[in-house]
Amino acid sequence: MEMVNRPYAAAFEAYAIQHPEVLCLSADLTSSCEIDGFRDRHPEQFLSLGMAEQNMLSFAGGLGLAGFRPFLHSFGVFLYRRPYDQLMASIAYPRRKVRLMGFLPGITTPGGMTHQAIEDISVMRTIPNMTVLEAGDATEVESIVAEADTVDGPVYCRILRGSVPRLFATPLKIGQMRVLSEGEDVLVVTAGITTEEAIRARAALAAAGVSVRHLHLNTLKPFDAAQIVDHAAGVRHGVITLENHLVTGGIGSMVAEALAEAGLARRLIRLGLQDTYAHGGSRPYLMTHYGMDALSLVRAVERLTGQDTGIDEDALGAVRIDAVHSVLKAEAL
Amino acid sequence: MRNEKTTTEIAHGIRARVFEHTIRNNGGYLSQACSAAEQLAFLYNEGLNLGPSTMPMVPPPFGGVPSAANATYVTGAGYNGPFDAVHDRLFIAPAHYALVAYACLIEVGRLAPEGLEMFNKDGSSVEMIGAEHSPGMEVHNGTLGIGFSTAAGLAWGRKRLGHTGRVCVFMSDGEVQEGQTWEAVQAAAHHGIDNLWALMDVNRQQCDGAMDDVMTVGDIATKLRDFGAVVAECDAHDLGALRACAATPHPGRPLIVLAHSQPAQGMKSLMSRFPRLHYVRFKSEEERARMNHEIAAELGVAPVPLGVH
Repeated sequence: MEMVNRPYAAAFEAYAIQHPEVLCLSADLTSSCEIDGFRDRHPEQFLSLGMAEQNMLSFAGGLGLAGFRPFLHSFGVFLYRRPYDQLMASIAYPRRKVRLMGFLPGITTPGGMTHQAIEDISVMRTIPNMTVLEAGDATEVESIVAEADTVDGPVYCRILRGSVPRLFATPLKIGQMRVLSEGEDVLVVTAGITTEEAIRARAALAAAGVSVRHLHLNTLKPFDAAQIVDHAAGVRHGVITLENHLVTGGIGSMVAEALAEAGLARRLIRLGLQDTYAHGGSRPYLMTHYGMDALSLVRAVERLTGQDTGIDEDALGAVRIDAVHSVLKAEAL
Repeated sequence: MRNEKTTTEIAHGIRARVFEHTIRNNGGYLSQACSAAEQLAFLYNEGLNLGPSTMPMVPPPFGGVPSAANATYVTGAGYNGPFDAVHDRLFIAPAHYALVAYACLIEVGRLAPEGLEMFNKDGSSVEMIGAEHSPGMEVHNGTLGIGFSTAAGLAWGRKRLGHTGRVCVFMSDGEVQEGQTWEAVQAAAHHGIDNLWALMDVNRQQCDGAMDDVMTVGDIATKLRDFGAVVAECDAHDLGALRACAATPHPGRPLIVLAHSQPAQGMKSLMSRFPRLHYVRFKSEEERARMNHEIAAELGVAPVPLGVH
């Protein structure tokens, strides 16, 4: 699999320098959000707001009022937990064209509870006027910059950083989910880093005779409920959602709401964080520990179909292990 | 745009209108009119460079919240004039001063007196806590402490765009209890945002009572200077001093004028309620009638006819 190094850094710089009304804002996590090079090369388009997110969000609302389109860079969790009031009053209500670039979504950080945005989708999707996007590979990280900037209003994006696999050849388009396989036994819905897990599980499941219909979501709001329902109606055993997030309020809840509102009776298994905080650790460890990895998906498929697939860790092949402490960022934070 | 009335007359008119409204409705933000009348009168009549209102004298009804489907949405900022490069912009940061701000808009000829009759009525845009769509408002500031940040962002943007118009925030001193205010001042100073200034009503009162009882804030002027602002201080009821403070040069930094005010200026009878001044609701018909006559006499206006009870 092709790995792309720092896809956000290159994509943001290429886009921003073509659009002078785009501003790059940072809250003391500039290199951690891969915009240090941009800061150094384009200081006139960069605003350091310091470790003060409440002000940054309202300030960005003011910039939006002046006609600018600020891109706010921080860890996802810092863009909504402390400054939630500012997010509502200064950005979401007045529909400012503020682009919230949330790095380290879910358990992609070893930083533990304070750093892990595990309820961001749940929070963001309930906010009127908000658009919510999530990048699942290097191509989507590259294309999310320009795509987010087309939104007539605020947008929150879950961004992957560092070394990111390239899974897709075509850019992210808002509202267009990807149908990655057209099976008839089980519908699997994933987004972000869980898509790679599902791709790995799918190959083993196919060998075991289970046919999986796999959807990858990059647009979480607006949510295409009708298409989800159509796909759910087309499978035999039911639906599994696998998300890098709490199962409450996120993709699992969205799918459940879609099925219920359509009156479509299908069993639904929601994989992800089950009403729990996570703790600090490597991504593979956390995904296994909290039941968000390929093997957890296989076991959920077995529960839905009632059939043992015989798939084990070995069958899922070599798991990609990221070094927690890489040369790119000594702290890994 | 300059009004034919003097700023002193406008300040008096603000007090009289808010007094009348409060007596008639048995409640209102009356103390805020006492403390802030000169400040708002000064801003609208002299201190700010505002163009003529672009909005109807009688405010339109509530037109819906901003949404992708609401194509005709407008804020109430048009009452302060057009959005162009040369005119100033004003945020009323303590949105519960709305009644006082509306009274000011009437006094300076930007709002019809009927506008105040729509105050806090269902379906009206003339809301009790000033909303974006309320006359004279441009952003939601009902959550205290966010106004100066938003203004700093707007001012930075206007500077980048080459606008000559400045951004002014009318603030309340209670907002210095919010951490965001300090984040905003340090950011405005760090980025040299000097087309930004604030006029702060330092009345030393907040919802629960006197600020010194609720949360001691110490020397606001020193703290603001330490965070990078240029600070000027004056008696809020001395227009000459207000003029001088507003003219303080502040190159490379925001200016914050601390206007030390009296929470019962012009209505000394209100002090019988001290420290319960944040929102005046009369405890009895007797108190209401007594205040009606005493304050009317102080203001030199007729008592409000209350009809038969």
